[in-house]
Amino acid sequence: MSEIAQKVKSIIIDKLGVEESEVTPEASFTNDLGADSLDTVELIMEFEKEFNISIPDDQAENISTVGQAISYLEENVKN
Amino acid sequence: MTLRRVVVTGIGALTPIGNSAPDYWAGLKNGVSGAARITRFDPEKFRTQFACEVKNFNAEDHFDRKEARKMDPFTQYALVVAEEAMKDSKLDLNAINLDKAGVIWGSGIGGLMTFQEEVRSYVNNDSTPRFNPFFIPKMIADISSGYISIKYGFRGPNFVTVSACASSTNALIDALNYIRLGHMDVAISGGSEAAVTEAGMGGFNAMKALSERNDSPETASRPFDKDRDGFVLGEGASALILEEYEHAKARGAKIYAEIIGGGMSADAHHITAPHPEGLGATNVMLNALADAKIKPEEVDYINVHGTSTPLGDISETLAIKKVFGDHAYNLNISSTKSMTGHLLGAAGAIEAVACVMALEHGVIPPTINHFTDDDQLDNKLNLTFNKAQERKINVALSNTFGFGGHNTSIIFRKI
Repeated sequence: MSEIAQKVKSIIIDKLGVEESEVTPEASFTNDLGADSLDTVELIMEFEKEFNISIPDDQAENISTVGQAISYLEENVKN
Repeated sequence: MTLRRVVVTGIGALTPIGNSAPDYWAGLKNGVSGAARITRFDPEKFRTQFACEVKNFNAEDHFDRKEARKMDPFTQYALVVAEEAMKDSKLDLNAINLDKAGVIWGSGIGGLMTFQEEVRSYVNNDSTPRFNPFFIPKMIADISSGYISIKYGFRGPNFVTVSACASSTNALIDALNYIRLGHMDVAISGGSEAAVTEAGMGGFNAMKALSERNDSPETASRPFDKDRDGFVLGEGASALILEEYEHAKARGAKIYAEIIGGGMSADAHHITAPHPEGLGATNVMLNALADAKIKPEEVDYINVHGTSTPLGDISETLAIKKVFGDHAYNLNISSTKSMTGHLLGAAGAIEAVACVMALEHGVIPPTINHFTDDDQLDNKLNLTFNKAQERKINVALSNTFGFGGHNTSIIFRKI
């Protein structure tokens, strides 16, 4: 697993209070991990802070699963 | 129209001298001080370096981590005492009409810690606006009653009163009146506050409202003592279950006391200083007595606002003498803030519990830390100095007054 994926997972575990085993690539923040709309906004903000990037709203709307978050960040975070 | 009667059928407390209602009462009876050096932050640079903090409170003993993170401490305290009071009342959520069950809570400030930390992170972050989406719902004072209603499914009247240090007595009076009028049968009422933060201490210090007796925190809150030098900031919460009398009787509930009346008034004088002759304080006790339909002579105990400030303590005793005349000398009077510190918007709630327990046990909690009589006060009044006094009582009155000139008074009677 990439370093980015590792960090994304630990942010999700911390913010949503879920078990590591639940954080699968297909898991949806709202349907599977118990997030509400405010939790989702907070997650995106944590990703922005951790990876020092800015995620535009129209792109943030497309990030609704663990896998989507990891792919977006792997493509957009400069090493 | 005939007003319905309202009784107290459950209590809960989280205070600087005890983390449950029985422990709080034990602290009151034994004259325990809750004051100590501040542990929440390094107070070294502050003029006042002590407060009455809640001790040994760990949010994760009560909430899961994700839940706890979304709540300011004042909301965590609210939910903890609501749960204690609900358990104590033995109310069956499946047997009551939840549309007639309300939550009326009091908080003077709300989520001060949350406000402080979010603004701090904004400023530290080059003032780029990146606020947490939970900032507003964590901070607003009314979120406490919102959370309580969600937890128990109470769908009746729901709001938070804000009148500084009178807030939770206003909440109790509102709950009393809505039950009297038939808008609800049951209410979770009370108040919570968590203002022992840099912003809270700094703000009250700037007003010169706080005691600065850093070399002896436990004797700093000394209402009616000649050398009092300001109040000691406290934090915590209390909840009371208020219930329509027949509703409580029908389910065989334990009834602690009846709430027979409440009074409200304003000084209309100054934003922070009390009226020098205690005009608003006089009126509010008269209003409460009229609402309760009792004579002044029927009152046995007054739990005073008595914050240990130079002016406030004098004007309140003047008001008591005006209202009660010669009977003032038969009263037991005490300021339990000498032990708990001043819980601001939660003061009325914890002092209501003190009154209910005093009725129940026939013990008047003391005004501790009395060393020297103040010639500006009438020393013939029984201010219950230093030691609890045993006395069978029937009626107890509690005063709370807030910055802004808000005055409230509420009366409990043994049943």
